[in-house]
Amino acid sequence: MLCLLDSDEVARLASVGLVLSHIGMDGGSTEYLTLGIFLVAACLFALMPLGLARLWAWRFAPTKPGPVKNSIYECGLESQGDAWRPFKSAYYLYAIVFLVFDVEIVFLLPFAVAFGGLPLGAVLAMMLFVLLVVEGLLWAWAKGVLRWS
Amino acid sequence: MDVGLRSELQRHGIFVTTLEELYNWGRSNSLWPLGFGLACCAIEMIAASMARYDLARFGAEVFRPSPRQADLMIVAGTVTKKMAPQVVRLYNQMAEPKYVIAMGACAISGGPFKQGYNVLKGIDRYIPVDVHIPGCPPRPEALIHALMTLQQRIAAESLVGPNRPRHLRRDQPGEFPVPEYGSHDLIPPKNESIWRPPVIVRSG
Ligand code: SF4
Repeated sequence: MLCLLDSDEVARLASVGLVLSHIGMDGGSTEYLTLGIFLVAACLFALMPLGLARLWAWRFAPTKPGPVKNSIYECGLESQGDAWRPFKSAYYLYAIVFLVFDVEIVFLLPFAVAFGGLPLGAVLAMMLFVLLVVEGLLWAWAKGVLRWS
Repeated sequence: MDVGLRSELQRHGIFVTTLEELYNWGRSNSLWPLGFGLACCAIEMIAASMARYDLARFGAEVFRPSPRQADLMIVAGTVTKKMAPQVVRLYNQMAEPKYVIAMGACAISGGPFKQGYNVLKGIDRYIPVDVHIPGCPPRPEALIHALMTLQQRIAAESLVGPNRPRHLRRDQPGEFPVPEYGSHDLIPPKNESIWRPPVIVRSG
């Protein structure tokens, strides 16, 4: 089957999966076969070391969990209280306002660089985008988030 | 396998090995120390890991900030009684297999501060130490020597059989009791199962 492919096409096939898909069915469904084979290979690649480690532990090295070993690592000190405790919710507003500026700067910089050669439509679209983001800032401002109390 | 046969094969470009050797070879050349210094000896440990002495040549330059990723604890410096429980807890939190190098006179015996009321007279009272390095402080070369000694010991470990090391035995503990602060001393002052005071035998 393989010899039906011309040589540079074979060279282009980087993996066994691709070769297999050519051997297999013809038509549109082969694309998904390739994907499937890659999916299985990827899962095996990830799971095999874990399985081997399990096997190794079972055969040679017994696992030895213990209360101190499993406890939370805190620089050698005993941990104080639970790690799953609530954080002050006011911080989520910080995250949101940060996002406003962050997203803005990501787009503003290329916008500024390309500003000279932009068509009118692009400028208007960009202005609309900036307005949308500024609207978020205005909302935060009106809500009094910018003032820490 | 017979040593003669192996070297004969090797001469013809055929390398034979065992699972045990391969495993130990990998482990001994990737000892990851815990980034952990207690006193002046730690400076020498840092020097050993830097470019001039270059611990990386032995695969041990990856100082880990968490005991979960480390398999070598270099006790570098004076262990005070205040610090000892933390050292033992860190050791307990390391994953098996784990090894300990006691670096310097302080970690071995209390060193120049042996008479001090707050200094532990050797970390081997609480955790099993694999290699002791004398010196105050030991030079980086001494640390490298200790590391090589440890590598040789690891390379000689067997996977099965009665001589297999502690971490491969189901009946041996993976954790050692963490001492607590008492009114005068740590409680208990030593772990009886791994450390006993030397017996003085008078002759004549
Ligand atoms: S052995 Fe010497 S150099 Fe090392 S920690 Fe003790 S006093 Fe410092």
